[in-house]
Amino acid sequence: MWRCGLSAGQLKAAITPARLLDETGRLVRGAPTPDAEALAEGYRKLVFARRLNEQAGALVRQGRLAVYPSSRGQEACQVACTSVLAEGDWLFPTYRDSAAIAARGVDPVEVLTLLRGDWHCGYDPNVHKVAPQATPLATQLLHAVGVGHAARLKGEDTVVMALCGDGATSEGDFHEACNFAAVFRAPVVFFVQNNKYAISVPLARQSVAPSLAAKAIGYGMPGVRVDGNDLPALEKVLGEAVARARAGDGPTLVEADTYRIESHTNADDASRYRADDEVTAWLPRDPLLRVRTYLTAIGALDDEREQDIAAAAEEMAAAVRAGVGAETVADPEEVFAHVYSTLTPQLAEQRAALRAELELEEA
Amino acid sequence: MSAATKMTMAQAINAALRDAITEDDSVVVFGEDVAQLGGVFRVTDGLHREFGESRVFDTPLAESGIVGMAVGMAMNGMRPVVEMQFDAFAYPAFEQIVSHVAKLGNRTRGKVRLPIVIRVPYAGGIGGVEHHCDSSEAYYAHTPGLTVVAPATNADAYGLLREAIAGSDPVIFLEPKKHYFTKEEVDVSVPVPPIGRAVVRRPGADATLIAYGPSVPVALAAAEQAATEGRDLGVIDLRSIVPFDDETVCAEVRRTGRAVVVAEAPGFASVASEIAARVGERCFHHLEAPVRRVTGFDVPYPPPKLEHHFLPGVDRILDTVDTLQWEEDVA
Repeated sequence: MWRCGLSAGQLKAAITPARLLDETGRLVRGAPTPDAEALAEGYRKLVFARRLNEQAGALVRQGRLAVYPSSRGQEACQVACTSVLAEGDWLFPTYRDSAAIAARGVDPVEVLTLLRGDWHCGYDPNVHKVAPQATPLATQLLHAVGVGHAARLKGEDTVVMALCGDGATSEGDFHEACNFAAVFRAPVVFFVQNNKYAISVPLARQSVAPSLAAKAIGYGMPGVRVDGNDLPALEKVLGEAVARARAGDGPTLVEADTYRIESHTNADDASRYRADDEVTAWLPRDPLLRVRTYLTAIGALDDEREQDIAAAAEEMAAAVRAGVGAETVADPEEVFAHVYSTLTPQLAEQRAALRAELELEEA
Repeated sequence: MSAATKMTMAQAINAALRDAITEDDSVVVFGEDVAQLGGVFRVTDGLHREFGESRVFDTPLAESGIVGMAVGMAMNGMRPVVEMQFDAFAYPAFEQIVSHVAKLGNRTRGKVRLPIVIRVPYAGGIGGVEHHCDSSEAYYAHTPGLTVVAPATNADAYGLLREAIAGSDPVIFLEPKKHYFTKEEVDVSVPVPPIGRAVVRRPGADATLIAYGPSVPVALAAAEQAATEGRDLGVIDLRSIVPFDDETVCAEVRRTGRAVVVAEAPGFASVASEIAARVGERCFHHLEAPVRRVTGFDVPYPPPKLEHHFLPGVDRILDTVDTLQWEEDVA
């Protein structure tokens, strides 16, 4: 019978965060030199993710979006978790991962459909292999295991990237998903963005484990902790986990050490539960800043390229403003249309009743 | 080749699973103890041996995990048929069922459909200890997006399960465990009416008993007894709770003018209550008496020595029928 072993190296990897670029934008001692062009492309995606967070926040303040959970400060995680995937791989995002979904290639306007209130999911999950954003915590991790296990049964080498936050690791489904994935050696990468808060509740109230990645050991899979604001380190760690899954060696639990710079959503007030000093201390660790510093230092990013990236991001933001701002007409009868593949007699009756009401209103 | 064979309900369900796995490569069966053991009720007996680990497999002991994994497998082209072992053991999976199994098709505007069958050995009458005898159908029936099927005959157990597995939408398949080992003639080559269609098991002129799942044989026994006492009771077997067959039910009740709903579950806020309300709303001018319900009491399922007081039985049904404002009472 197959059993997972445990070495001292694996234990260390689960506790000490891997890092390639330090906070000052310098390569850490012994780190391999990243491919400059690939990192410049990564920087472009970071700028897009940041711009999307800012634009969505602005649209909330203008009343165009109902709510927006920002991933500001976590953009390196958002970019890395999609850049390591191949076309046929799947992504299972949460409500805070809009930027990751956009990085995967889904039109940001379609991503924001949920938050604009038009429908529960604005994109076709099958097109980009992106599941609907999960609001019930950790439930999507099991779906990821199912997609992965089905792929293995069909002889396909699909890998599934399953996202959750530190709070979700307290949920029962997190445990069940990790255990199922390990037992079935499912090709899943569990990627926990540990941003230190579940709305107001700090990490210390979620877990007193040595790290969240360390939980992997109990399930018999590798756990790796990584600096969540270090794009090259994230891409290396997640890339290795993806390769491992694709090779049939089973799941990995990756924990990113990062920080939620903004409130849970615009409806939340983080000043009620955390000190400004704490937030300020994280600002120099900004994921964009250190990649920019590094690329500039090695001559891979000059003013012109920077301006090009900013202009392209601005164009994206303008398209988001236009798309989200466009008047859409929600069809009241659509609430009946998709509940079952075939309308039940009861729903047909209720739809007719609603239609009659609407016709009376119009008359 | 078609011929009626005597088989138990467990064997009929087993045959449905075997035939579905044989005919469709995307059908997979999994759950707790379903592989080597063949299920605690032996419903999946022999399937693992016959089809192997890729089609029939045991999982870790975690119901939310089983259903959650089924969601993902269905998203990736499979038709999972999962077993919950016992009704009350399905509750850990409730969030997955309510938040995802029931809603994913709607959430994605029909782009993702989940052809999942969740088999639930359910209801009482087997002398089971606590947590082994719940009638949990109201939870599922109250959740839009779920189809809820409750066979009462072995032919239906086979036919409705085949239809459930072949369909596009998730189905909660409630198997009356009291009847797992009841033998009946079944000809699997004869199609049964589709899900959503109720069947008149016994025509009757005086009053209509409306039942589903384990209560159908009880209602039939009551009608049999009533006939010896000069009262002609009809019995409707709903077969599926969702979709509900208003047409068949109302046609019968309008004809007889009297109706009693029979179900094991506690009556308050129950499926039986919904049926009574629907019949009342639709058949009021044809009714000679209020629609009555014979259900379990509003108590947690009793211990084995007391369950016979709880379960709707022939006497309680006939006593209730006696209250339906018969003309001799008025005179």
